[in-house]
Amino acid sequence: MITLTDQPFDPAEALCDFEKRAIGAGAIVSFTGLVRGTSKLGTVKTLHLQAYSPMTERGMAKAAADANARWPLDALLIIHRTGDLEPGEPVVYVATASTHRRAAFEAADFLMDYLKTEAVFWKKETTDSGAHWVEPRPEDYEDRDRWSKTGT
Amino acid sequence: MAKLLYFGRLTDVFGANAETLALPAEVNDTSALRQWLDDDRQLGGTLMTKSIRIAVNDDIVPEPWPIADSDEIAFLPPVGGG
Repeated sequence: MITLTDQPFDPAEALCDFEKRAIGAGAIVSFTGLVRGTSKLGTVKTLHLQAYSPMTERGMAKAAADANARWPLDALLIIHRTGDLEPGEPVVYVATASTHRRAAFEAADFLMDYLKTEAVFWKKETTDSGAHWVEPRPEDYEDRDRWSKTGT
Repeated sequence: MAKLLYFGRLTDVFGANAETLALPAEVNDTSALRQWLDDDRQLGGTLMTKSIRIAVNDDIVPEPWPIADSDEIAFLPPVGGG
């Protein structure tokens, strides 16, 4: 299940709902990404996230399908924010459920690497030194490439 | 009328995230659109950069790609990730 929303969400509530959907699974992994309070340009005031619907949802659905094809998952959930966020606010949430922990950990890690590099989002950070659009860091691509089946 | 969408830093370049306009008759593919729009807004080549990809009716296209006056055309800078 994939949700793109411009409204704040509660990760604890999301986990509670997910546990109900994943009854019978032996392992649940959940990850919450929060807006950081500092960046290399200074103290973060706001983070603005832009998506292009339905292209953004389509890409996330493809990543979810890839995760399902690669690991034996009982359930999967991605929640991603758009709009204006403040430091400390949840921006992304991923949960995976499987019979055993390894698949759940790996699938959640894989989905986050997709979301940090290829997902169709543009983000603008406003700090005390001004506003700028953020592009992925080289290490984000390296993280994603860990999952390449061809090793490239 | 064509609907043009501007994402990421292009939102700031154009001062808007969308506009609807009539394309000149000679602007019939994505390459001509890049050139015409860049000249028209005096962007100094910003839209000619390969890293800016174009989606026509919600699909990223290989270029040049034919466009019509009824299309939704999106200019997509490199995505920033979530």
